[in-house]
Amino acid sequence: MAKDTANELRIVGTRPDRPDGLDKVTGRARYGADISAAGLLHGAVVRSPHAHARIVKIDASKALALSGVKAVVTRDDFPTGLTGEAWDLQENTMAGERALYDGHAVAAVAATSAQLARDAAKLIEVEYEILPHVTDVDAAMAPDAPIIREGAADHSVPDGLHPNVVRYIEFGHGDLEDGFAKADIVREHQYKTEAAHQGYIEPHACMGQMGADGKGEMWVCTQGHWYIRKMCTQVLGLDASQLRVTPSEIGGGFGGKTTIFMEPLSLALSRKAGGRPVKIVMSRSEVLRATGPTASASMDVKIGMTKDGKITAGSATFRMQGGAFAGAPVDMALYCAFAAYKVPALQHVGYDVLANRPKAAAYRAPGSPMAAFAVESLLDEMCNELGLDPLDVRVKNAAQSHETSSFGPKFGVIGLNETLAATQAHPNLSAPLGPNQGRGIASGFWFNHGGDTSVSMALGEDGTVTVSIGTPDIGGSRASMAMMAAETLEIPYDNVRVNIVETGALGVNEPTHGSRATFATGKATVEAAQGMIVEMCKRAAAKWGIEPDAVEWRDGAAHPAGPNAGEYPPMTIGEIGAAMSNTGGPIAGHHESVPAGVGESFGTHVVDVEVDPETGRTTILRYLVVQDAGRAIHPAYVEGQYQGGAVQGIGWALNEEYVYDDMGRLQNPVFLDYRVPVASDLPMIDTVIVEVPNPGHPYGVRGVGETGIAPPLPAVANAVAAATGVRMRHLPITPSKLLAAIKASKNG
Amino acid sequence: MSKIHITTKVNGEEVEFLADPRDTLLDCLRDQLELTGTKEGCSTGDCGACSVTVDGTLVCSCLMLGVEAQDKQIETIEGMAQDGELHPLQRKFIEHAALQCGFCTPGILVAAKALLEKNPDPNETEVRYWLAGNLCRCTGYDKIIRAVMDAAAEMRGAA
Amino acid sequence: MKYHCPKTFEDAAQIAADATGIIRYLAGGTDVLVQMRAGMVTPDDMIDLKHIPGVKDIVKNADGSWTIGAAVAGAELGAHAEFCADYPGIVEGLELVGSTQVQGRATLTGNLCNGSPAADSVPAMIAAGAIAHVVGPNGARDIAVGDIPVGPGKTSLNKGEIIASLTIPARNAQGGDAYLRFTPRTEMDIAVVGCAVNLTLDGDRVATARVAMGAVAPTVIVLADAADTIIGTTLDTDALDKLAAVVSAAVKPISDKRGTAEFRTDVAGVLAKRAAKIAYDRAKGTK
Repeated sequence: MAKDTANELRIVGTRPDRPDGLDKVTGRARYGADISAAGLLHGAVVRSPHAHARIVKIDASKALALSGVKAVVTRDDFPTGLTGEAWDLQENTMAGERALYDGHAVAAVAATSAQLARDAAKLIEVEYEILPHVTDVDAAMAPDAPIIREGAADHSVPDGLHPNVVRYIEFGHGDLEDGFAKADIVREHQYKTEAAHQGYIEPHACMGQMGADGKGEMWVCTQGHWYIRKMCTQVLGLDASQLRVTPSEIGGGFGGKTTIFMEPLSLALSRKAGGRPVKIVMSRSEVLRATGPTASASMDVKIGMTKDGKITAGSATFRMQGGAFAGAPVDMALYCAFAAYKVPALQHVGYDVLANRPKAAAYRAPGSPMAAFAVESLLDEMCNELGLDPLDVRVKNAAQSHETSSFGPKFGVIGLNETLAATQAHPNLSAPLGPNQGRGIASGFWFNHGGDTSVSMALGEDGTVTVSIGTPDIGGSRASMAMMAAETLEIPYDNVRVNIVETGALGVNEPTHGSRATFATGKATVEAAQGMIVEMCKRAAAKWGIEPDAVEWRDGAAHPAGPNAGEYPPMTIGEIGAAMSNTGGPIAGHHESVPAGVGESFGTHVVDVEVDPETGRTTILRYLVVQDAGRAIHPAYVEGQYQGGAVQGIGWALNEEYVYDDMGRLQNPVFLDYRVPVASDLPMIDTVIVEVPNPGHPYGVRGVGETGIAPPLPAVANAVAAATGVRMRHLPITPSKLLAAIKASKNG
Repeated sequence: MSKIHITTKVNGEEVEFLADPRDTLLDCLRDQLELTGTKEGCSTGDCGACSVTVDGTLVCSCLMLGVEAQDKQIETIEGMAQDGELHPLQRKFIEHAALQCGFCTPGILVAAKALLEKNPDPNETEVRYWLAGNLCRCTGYDKIIRAVMDAAAEMRGAA
Repeated sequence: MKYHCPKTFEDAAQIAADATGIIRYLAGGTDVLVQMRAGMVTPDDMIDLKHIPGVKDIVKNADGSWTIGAAVAGAELGAHAEFCADYPGIVEGLELVGSTQVQGRATLTGNLCNGSPAADSVPAMIAAGAIAHVVGPNGARDIAVGDIPVGPGKTSLNKGEIIASLTIPARNAQGGDAYLRFTPRTEMDIAVVGCAVNLTLDGDRVATARVAMGAVAPTVIVLADAADTIIGTTLDTDALDKLAAVVSAAVKPISDKRGTAEFRTDVAGVLAKRAAKIAYDRAKGTK
């Protein structure tokens, strides 16, 4: 039975060194591109320079004539007949009839060196017929917008909308008209956010090898290798079991590495090149142009509030484009929009719209940051208008445990009240502010997730334990799993080794996404450990000749349970391991499930900024993250998630956006002009870990990775408004835009 | 296209490799010498993941040709630990949880080591500006800065 | 691509003269390697200048002027205390180019010859009256640094001409310079606007001044009218406001992904005020 009071825990809640720390500080850890193999070829991808174009002809003869070039693939090398999401993936992996965005892959080549592959790619001649394009979400819904794909809308979409609208969602509760009527003020505004990229420092990289029989192996940096296996085999028309995928270490993902981009190309090239392994490493500009950023959003929000701060009604209409395929996270954005509040009447409407942009991928709490920007900004505007304290208003309307959420299901135990209280008590709130400085506050939410989980655990002959998990370690989760295993088995942390194993070694695992690894893999690890404990107690019971239920597990050993069970010296895990061959065979635990009991996570952020009124440049002076982690298994890694999410949000609020020219070409596909925060842009990020344990997890864990990116967008906008008196409703708040707004406000 | 034979010193050891003139030093370290600790993040000099020192100067190895390595002294992340003992910076990074995915870590460690060799007592602002060319997307830089300053303090104490 | 390591400028010039394809020169390489990898250029001949004697030298001449070799890196220039004391504006311009790592390699000559309208080291060099010593197939000649860039990515140098060194005039005892730029982040950005001011004082009053603006035109522009607004003044608020107004009125920048024309126009004036103030304080010895 797992302990649930903090002072009974020996390991959980402490800060041991992570087991892969040595490898990662010495350069020994191997990431996606850090692999080689005999006969290695290098792949390069030819990409459309046009936002929308019919592919008339592809001539690879000049490339194939180069000595050292071993294979070229186009869409003709892929099976036909796919439908639905599988077709979308295939179409994105390699263009069919049309190139749908600047950067869309149209051909790929494998050669004996990376330099030669790049040179060969330049020799592949592609003839295009340029078509009209559209990149803006609102423009893509207008009657005259170019049609990106006929018939892509599903049954959810009402009649009369442009074919680019592919999904529609509508939900709500209560009497909206009545709710607004009960308000003292009703305000509505439009808010917009631009597409942002996850910005992981490691570009996508893989090495694929596939023989003529369709059996293949892949080494790839990924958040989820079972997804890679499923998607590659779907796109290539293979059986899942024919492909074995081994995850490398991963240099960041944030959701962007939960899907495929060029991975099937390495397999297709390999098969065509006689089964030689093919390595493909994306350049940074390929990453920005052709992998999945998140969606851009155009949002209308309306809120009614009484003059003492009670929210009486709210409505949200969100339009989001996820590139040339369905999948903008408009549904999740709407679910998150009012999640932090109890509102008697709510209406949500959402449109998922196609545009000539790359296929969007998940980015840390997909949809939640955009929704938070809109709703939390409007709430802030209304609090200012009524002269109310924004934290008091949040407390007054806070969603409560066990009550129906804004998006339908009942919450379990949630910690929103506790994060608000912790924020109100924090000294940052009383830091003095000088001229041109302002403070902004905002809250945010993420559901977190369970999902397919499969874990296996094995006892060594010396009593040490190996845990096999399927969720790649993005931010220290090996340590957390080892801690939970060691805590449950009551053995030293150093006696547990956690391995992330390939797809052949476990049942299906969902990726490390959705803030699920510590929760789901952790819960399965605990279950597997408990299974092993049962078996180890059985072995001791057999040796002692007593019933198994007369044996208990304590301090890493089997003990007779109570004086009536008999007097036997304890059998340590080491002794059981040494004897296991003779007592019944290998001892292992395993657990497969879609775990229930996911705990939602709320956070509240406070940011102080200074704005240079002559240039519009915003400096972050002070930043506080207060977030409910349920239970922090390893507090340092929880703090790290809070800080990382906050800084990504700051970048999104101030500087990051996809800039397209009037030909639909991406103008900023390199880090010079896709501006992520640098070390000198930021102060230290203060964190408070609130712990309202999640009863659905043996140690109370809630996911922590995602919630933290939602509040920064509105918090920064709110702080800029406080510092300048100017309300920015279109992110990012670049100096250009802010200075123009400041000047306009001065001119009346 | 013919390759050029290069002899150079990497982490104190004399090595040789064949370089296509268009290969960067980063390409040669990773592909010819199989020192994959130095990473490629952008190839435009914007991310610092490829940081090494050449004759004591901190540079991006993606901005130098492999053929320029002739007769130079190059230090990479693989040379930071000496005789199996981690450099204080490496220890402090683990201790402070100053890495999450770890991809930017080699570049940041090499850059931070160069800083402390030049300025053993940097303040927070100096550390941040020195490391402005080392992008980290995971940590928000907080724990990295703390680890560097803590390592600097330890190294000053030991000196 | 053929890689050459000439040991003299004459040899370098000969290689360039014999070359039939695309030539690129290599000092720090922080521009050309990026362009190569991005597929923008594939040189047929890469001529590495770093093996030529003198290219790494920073020399103070007898008359107080400075000669800086073609391959002196930013980190090296920044470590030279005496040069930094004379021309902090030139140094801070070069030191704003890229990261610490880029500073380990980037050079004044490379920044100049890359021909970017936003090059950070060029405005201060022009404001200082820097001269480039050019060697080529037809001998040597001196060109004002301001006459080298002629447009984005283009210089006035003829085929085979190489900048061997730069000479910066002697610093007047009552002189000071400064360079400021606007970028959205604190580091790692290309200048949206750059402004260099170089001035000398007579007592409290500005005796001579040069105002050079970067990133607001295809090449750096020197605004004589703007300089005139502060000459003879003690750089009081009135003078500074006039300076800002004249600068903003004089520049005609474009809108691009890094900033709108209106933004650049406004910020040009703001930076001119701020850079002038810093240059003035440095000239007075108060900074």
